[in-house]
Amino acid sequence: MALAADAGRVPSVSTTDQQRIFVASQWQLMWWRFRKHRVAVASAVVVAGFYLAVLGAEFLAYSDPNASEAQRSLMPPQPIHWFDDGRFRPHVYGLKGARDPKTFKRVYQADPRQKIPVRFFAQGFEYRFLGLIPMSRHLIGVDPARDAAGTIFLLGTDVQGRDLWSRLMYGTRISLTIGLLGVTASLVLGVVLGGLSGFYGGVTDTVIQRIIEILRSIPTIPLWMGLAAALPRDWSIVQVYFAITVIISLLGWTELARVIRGRFLALREEDFVVSARLVGCSQMRTIFVHMVPSFMSHIIAATTLALPAMIISETALSFLGLGLRPPAISWGVLLQQAQNVQTVAISPWLMIPAVPVIIAVMAFNFLGDGLRDAADPYGR
Amino acid sequence: MLAYIGRRALLAIFTVWAISMLAFVIIQLPPGDYVSSYIAQMASMGSVVTDEEAQNLRIQYGLGQPIYVQYWKWMKQIAEGNFGFSMEWRRPVTEVIGERLWLTVVVAVSALLLTWVLALPIGIYSAVRQYSIGDYAATFVGFIGLAVPNFLLALVLLYLGFTLFNAHIGGLFSPELQDAPWSLARVWDLLKHLPIPALILGLAGTAQQIRIMRANLLDELRKPYVVTARSKGLSEPRVIVKYPVRMALNPFASTIGYTLPYIVSGSIIVSLVLGLPTVGPLLLKALISQDMFLAGTIVLLLGIMTVIGTLISDIVLVWIDPRIRLEDT
Repeated sequence: MALAADAGRVPSVSTTDQQRIFVASQWQLMWWRFRKHRVAVASAVVVAGFYLAVLGAEFLAYSDPNASEAQRSLMPPQPIHWFDDGRFRPHVYGLKGARDPKTFKRVYQADPRQKIPVRFFAQGFEYRFLGLIPMSRHLIGVDPARDAAGTIFLLGTDVQGRDLWSRLMYGTRISLTIGLLGVTASLVLGVVLGGLSGFYGGVTDTVIQRIIEILRSIPTIPLWMGLAAALPRDWSIVQVYFAITVIISLLGWTELARVIRGRFLALREEDFVVSARLVGCSQMRTIFVHMVPSFMSHIIAATTLALPAMIISETALSFLGLGLRPPAISWGVLLQQAQNVQTVAISPWLMIPAVPVIIAVMAFNFLGDGLRDAADPYGR
Repeated sequence: MLAYIGRRALLAIFTVWAISMLAFVIIQLPPGDYVSSYIAQMASMGSVVTDEEAQNLRIQYGLGQPIYVQYWKWMKQIAEGNFGFSMEWRRPVTEVIGERLWLTVVVAVSALLLTWVLALPIGIYSAVRQYSIGDYAATFVGFIGLAVPNFLLALVLLYLGFTLFNAHIGGLFSPELQDAPWSLARVWDLLKHLPIPALILGLAGTAQQIRIMRANLLDELRKPYVVTARSKGLSEPRVIVKYPVRMALNPFASTIGYTLPYIVSGSIIVSLVLGLPTVGPLLLKALISQDMFLAGTIVLLLGIMTVIGTLISDIVLVWIDPRIRLEDT
């Protein structure tokens, strides 16, 4: 290496720096490389935030996502006013509903005199936090005991008068976990088939590669639609949930398989793999103890990059009414209400569920880019 | 070169076969066979299917026989140009699909063309003026294009058109020409309606192509032959367009194979949002009412179209890039 030649010129500070690099583990090197990609770090925080919301959906929601009320149909969002006369006292304005005598639509008017205080850690509907701990506290809420008529709809309500914010929290849980499960299933398929392809080569490789090419040249959405439409109508939410996951991952594993095959091909002739084979390691041991750890990071990056496609697929299918069906709540199901442009023109807040879709997809893309760059800390 | 095209054609045939199997699976998936749902359908309309007629239908479609026999019969009928009968429309499937298939092709192809027309100059500009404001703007728009699912984009544009301009931007024809026979006026009308769907469908692909073009061209621009060309005194546009762009164009063409299925896929769902008279809305309706021969045929035809498109792009690629020609001979 160039170290010997550089030793005379390089200042001592840099030498300790270099020593630090020489003794660092691969994961440490990757972390240092990843840290330099500011956008990816920010995206990692956003993604972490999304998954915290997945864990604490009930805590962040403040009303039952399925509680409907005809009297509250299509209420506009109520923004929180944080200060009252210069003092910190968060509140929302009460909304008065009435029928428009001409169009018979319900119209709402904010009433600045009626201030409904927003309380933190307020009492609300009961739930089990993380599915275990019974709780009834929510991040925010209004106190029904003290403000009888007080209701809060941060993002407004849908046609059936259900609170959009609370539904969005529950939808986030479903949409993000379905993506995660789908990507896991694709990963298993991708590792097995991509691994076989790259490790054995020859006929196996050719056959698997042709299958991948065929799958990639088929337009996926019509196929997904066909398969999803065939799911029996009387299946439970959970059954449909898993079926959709399987359908999405059946066609989504090809990119992962391609990446893994490439890695296998690159590593197959490396010295350490050859020596592992020569000292008599079994094939399983060679693959899982020696080869897989050295491209684990690539797998993680490829998986992160595959996630947004999964999320979009589920959203698209549910949007068409072929994916998850109400009473299940997902981003796609929520967006179904925004299908009609006339409805959206009157109640634009129904399009809000598109925002988390876009943010999540972008965050995963940037995070994946950063991870991919960091995955190979010795390169460049 | 012939060997290469032959291999691609062989793969295309395999792909069509795989698609036909999948389409057949889609036809077979719903519970109950075609004839019993046909009888139920007719009964709901008040007409009765006699046992003899039902028996004839069962024989015609090979129902009750092993699955591969049914598949074979279906294939044979298709070879004769008979795609089956649409229960919902009570007409042959080919009649129901009609011009919608060609409109789907028109929408997909114009999206693909727009992708190139936009991506090529923007990609070149981004590479030549790296880190300029224009480059950053292109990167930013590119990321938006990749992150926003096209049906959401369609929805947002529809909403903006409706609220800002009070205009309905969906559809492919003006209402008065909707069902008119083909004429110059109708073609012109179609051309006027095409840009918005094509832009929505092509945006993600454009974003991707810009990134590819930019990266490739940046690699090429640093090579010595560019310096040579410059030192020979060629004008700057000529230096860039004549050699590096031509080199960078190669991966550009080879990605059509992946872009086309994506665009066709997207056209289905975007058509639904924008109300385009393509096969998209027809497919969704057929699937919901379990009109399976119609649905299966649409999936099959879309697949075949995509495969043909990909094959054409492969041939174009060989023609553009002599390296591929040499590799395989």
